[in-house]
Amino acid sequence: MSVRISIPTALRGFAEGQAAVEVDGNTAGEALHALTSRFPGLSKHLRTEDGKLRSFVNVYLNEDDIRHLEREATPLKSGDALTIVPAIAGGR
Amino acid sequence: MEALNHEEIARYSRHLILDEVGIEGQTKLKNSSVLCIGTGGLGSPLLMYLAAAGVGRIGIVDFDVVDASNLQRQIIHGTASIGKRKVISAKERIQDINPHVQVDIFEEPFTSENALRIAAPYDVVVDGTDNFPTRYLVNDTCVLLGKPNVYGSIFKFEGQATVFNYQEGPNYRDLYPEPPPPGLVPSCAEGGVIGVLPGIIGTIQATETLKVLLGVGTTLSGRLLLFDALTMKFRELKLRKDPQAPKIEKLIDYEQFCGIPKQADGHSLENTPVANADGFERISVTDAKQRLDSGWKPFVLDVRNDREAGIVRFPWADALIPHTEVGNRLAEIPKDREILVHCKLGGRSSQACNVLAQAGYRCFNLEGGIVGWAQQVDPTMPTY
Repeated sequence: MSVRISIPTALRGFAEGQAAVEVDGNTAGEALHALTSRFPGLSKHLRTEDGKLRSFVNVYLNEDDIRHLEREATPLKSGDALTIVPAIAGGR
Repeated sequence: MEALNHEEIARYSRHLILDEVGIEGQTKLKNSSVLCIGTGGLGSPLLMYLAAAGVGRIGIVDFDVVDASNLQRQIIHGTASIGKRKVISAKERIQDINPHVQVDIFEEPFTSENALRIAAPYDVVVDGTDNFPTRYLVNDTCVLLGKPNVYGSIFKFEGQATVFNYQEGPNYRDLYPEPPPPGLVPSCAEGGVIGVLPGIIGTIQATETLKVLLGVGTTLSGRLLLFDALTMKFRELKLRKDPQAPKIEKLIDYEQFCGIPKQADGHSLENTPVANADGFERISVTDAKQRLDSGWKPFVLDVRNDREAGIVRFPWADALIPHTEVGNRLAEIPKDREILVHCKLGGRSSQACNVLAQAGYRCFNLEGGIVGWAQQVDPTMPTY
């Protein structure tokens, strides 16, 4: 299953500057693992040392936060879009 | 409610002929109040538009002074205000735009001790701050006081906006239950921000504030608006209440919550280096200068990007490797020498030091970075 993952500006430096990449995966978790195996530097920004998704990095399947779906077990369809949205705090 | 006088009727005529505002709505605005935390990039357009729109009472919280590097985006302040206290500069501009507005100034950091007192009298709170501890503080204050929190944040070319805690809607902790550890998310001072971006996001916040005050339209409550200036795209994501979120019962120590050592002067904590990191040493710019002058010969590693190095650099730096790439380019860094690592302010270099220390290097983080050096050691260097 090929899906598109959008990478936010704050993390693009860890993904060779790319704004979006196509990866394969049957679930949100598999797609994210495919992403971090291609770009290992992203891993520590997305996951804690014990492998859980960090709570200040949200992952959306289309418009929905996967925390309100089945989290990493959320099934994907071909053509789905995953979006990573980290907390940003700038304002000044 | 206090009615509009003739001068106000003339001033607000474009509002008065709108069905959604009218005399009734304009009178509501005149009798309403908004507290804006921060008079920076987001606060600038927000305050100017709320003043122009006739919000009767505006509170502003800021303890900073206007700096030349603010003017690329903080349009409420001008060149003549450099060095002036921001609350004073902003108040003067607001009163020039609309003398009917009462401006309350709070020249103090917004803290757990004063937040409830400062925010209590206002109808709506707007978050124009620049760091995670204050964002959680603003959120929790609004939840405890039952006030809407009009949120916006920016980074480089990207912005986020929503309305939190409005009509039983979600709040910031439903979006992000926990803050990132210090240093992991770069700040605008380190990552940069395109000057018009806070103009767009701050103006969206102003729009949402007016809608909340007037009770018209559909606000962003329950939706997170994302904006990307480079592709000129707006997107929205669903934002829901997290049923497992712990109840907010009182204000806490937000620096501690965000893992940041407390600073006595209350200054922006965003660029604080990684806390409690082991395995590397920290060195002040003055100590580094002294040691270098007396013969210390570390390998000097600049972990900023090319653009920053093009603005100003140490001629004696040995290598330029952006902090995100340090882990992949260890071969370029000698193992048998001490490494002095620097960035702009000290945040990214402390992350690089973490990576280096884990790889077995003996490294020193230059606290305050090249800007600290320019300010305290070599004033002939430019700061940015």
